[in-house]
Amino acid sequence: MDKLTVPQIQQKANDIREDIITMLEKAGSGHSAGPLGMADMIAALYFNIMNIRPEEPEWPERDVFFLSNGHTVPVQYAAMAEAGYFPKEELLTLRAFGSRLQGHPEREKLPGLENTSGPLGSGLSQAAGYAYTLQNIDEVKHRFVYVMMGDGELDEGNIWEGAMFAGKYKLGNLIGFVDRNNIQIDGSTEDVMPLEDLKGKWESFGWHVIEIDGHNIESVIDAASQGRAITNRPTLVIAHTIPGKGVDFMEYDFKWHGVPPNSEQAKTALEKLRTLDGKITHEGAGV
Amino acid sequence: MNYPLDPALFSDDMKLDPTRAGFGRGLKAAGEANEAVVALCADLTESTQMHLFRDAFPKRFIEVGIAEQNLVTVASGMARAGKIPFTSSYAAFSPGRNWEQIRTTVTLNNQPVKIVGSHAGIYTGKDGATHQILEDIALMRVLPRMVVIAPGDAIEAEKATKAIAENGKPSYIRLAREKTPVFSMEESPFEIGKAYVLKEGTDVTLMGTGTMTYQLLLAAKLLAEQGIDAEVVHVPTIKPLDEETILASAKKTGRVITAEEAQIAGGFGSAITELLSEKLPMPVKRFGVQDRFGESGDPKEIFKSIGLTGEQMAEVIKEWCDVTPQYHR
Repeated sequence: MDKLTVPQIQQKANDIREDIITMLEKAGSGHSAGPLGMADMIAALYFNIMNIRPEEPEWPERDVFFLSNGHTVPVQYAAMAEAGYFPKEELLTLRAFGSRLQGHPEREKLPGLENTSGPLGSGLSQAAGYAYTLQNIDEVKHRFVYVMMGDGELDEGNIWEGAMFAGKYKLGNLIGFVDRNNIQIDGSTEDVMPLEDLKGKWESFGWHVIEIDGHNIESVIDAASQGRAITNRPTLVIAHTIPGKGVDFMEYDFKWHGVPPNSEQAKTALEKLRTLDGKITHEGAGV
Repeated sequence: MNYPLDPALFSDDMKLDPTRAGFGRGLKAAGEANEAVVALCADLTESTQMHLFRDAFPKRFIEVGIAEQNLVTVASGMARAGKIPFTSSYAAFSPGRNWEQIRTTVTLNNQPVKIVGSHAGIYTGKDGATHQILEDIALMRVLPRMVVIAPGDAIEAEKATKAIAENGKPSYIRLAREKTPVFSMEESPFEIGKAYVLKEGTDVTLMGTGTMTYQLLLAAKLLAEQGIDAEVVHVPTIKPLDEETILASAKKTGRVITAEEAQIAGGFGSAITELLSEKLPMPVKRFGVQDRFGESGDPKEIFKSIGLTGEQMAEVIKEWCDVTPQYHR
């Protein structure tokens, strides 16, 4: 797929945000804040960073993307539809009976998904297993494995088992992203179960760590390039984001973690997003 | 009947071999036959007999450390990349500890990851109740898509290992630590999903899974001395069940005994009674562990305390047959 420029990706991210609001309102359930906050990163991955063919999801030369925090899948569905994996109209079937767009992603239902996820903490290890196979068994050097994690799910022990494994085997083809939005269901991540010193933790597990503003498309693309260039260890991108980014009444409010907008709220949100017209700034993103 | 039994069975020359040793040989053979086979272990490589594979194919062996959740999730990712991963640990830890990861990333995700649970059941002996997992059959049997196999002896464990390497499905194989009697032969049949009549009879059907089949063969021998002609059916594949063979034998004898060295709830006997109660209701008696944990000791002592030796079962079966009419339509 042709790589888009930064302004084009910003526009895609805005389209994806509109899709998310529309899908969630129609579905009547689902998570709002995480997907909106991740939209810039996911747009950068699908429209620039990854080497993929939406018309041929199982293309053997593709880069692979594992979503570990499966509850944020509306943002992935929206990006996939925008990229041409399936028709955009299908987004409105999210969470409906018989839909390929399950509430949490189910690999076999929708071509283009690499894993089934939802229960938190298992995506990193799956990505590491894929990366290990490419690097240490099949000796394929030109394909890369990306994995997106939420910050709340770093509470899970499985994540740290995976981090230790990837560090031990120096998986240079593995690039992880943490959506560092500081919220989880019960409140702030630092109140529920403190994660800091997050950078130091990953570094001590043998990872190269980069901290970026997760709403700055250029930073996201640069971080991924850096991750690909560093071949002797895995790379973790701690991407500071604003939960609910782009919809002012959702931003920073953990109450929007697990609920969709109602029709009135969706209308307001869409008006705000359309006014922004892709010009989401990245001030105040924590770095 | 076409299932040759080892002629040395019940003699002083009876062969003894742990099922885990059969697995080790089978995995190496599977690795020779198919380059996609890879093996992952959680710090128990020799215990689970994976060292044979590791030494033959070091590049395809992955040590994950004492991390069973990681063991199966890494395997899930490797399967997505085209490999056929075998994962091994003690069954108490895998599938004991990592059931949700198996459910989500292996069965719902539908990847052909093989869960090899070694040191399952009472044969783990002296390590005590923590390590004698008795719930693994139930845990694996409830998962959609999961194939569940408890090989009867080391020869069959080898065949089962080679078979699951090529079945393309999530699969669980249950292994024991101790040496157990080898009743089958190289030429005895094994196919996933098949049950085998080892001894024909007309008075009662004794259905066993795993190494308990040997105890039932022994019970049948003792029952014959008391005038009871028992049929013995070996059911290595607990899921999917060979309904045809099981129902045919049950129909013939009209009384069924099941035996497993596992919890009576949700295990092999439950699977048989679920089948019979729906398709051919009849009297059933189940031998297994009755809602309790194991304890330290020599496996033989523990077996005896739970009443699972062939001699003990023969006695109980005789009494049961005396008061339980054969059910014939």
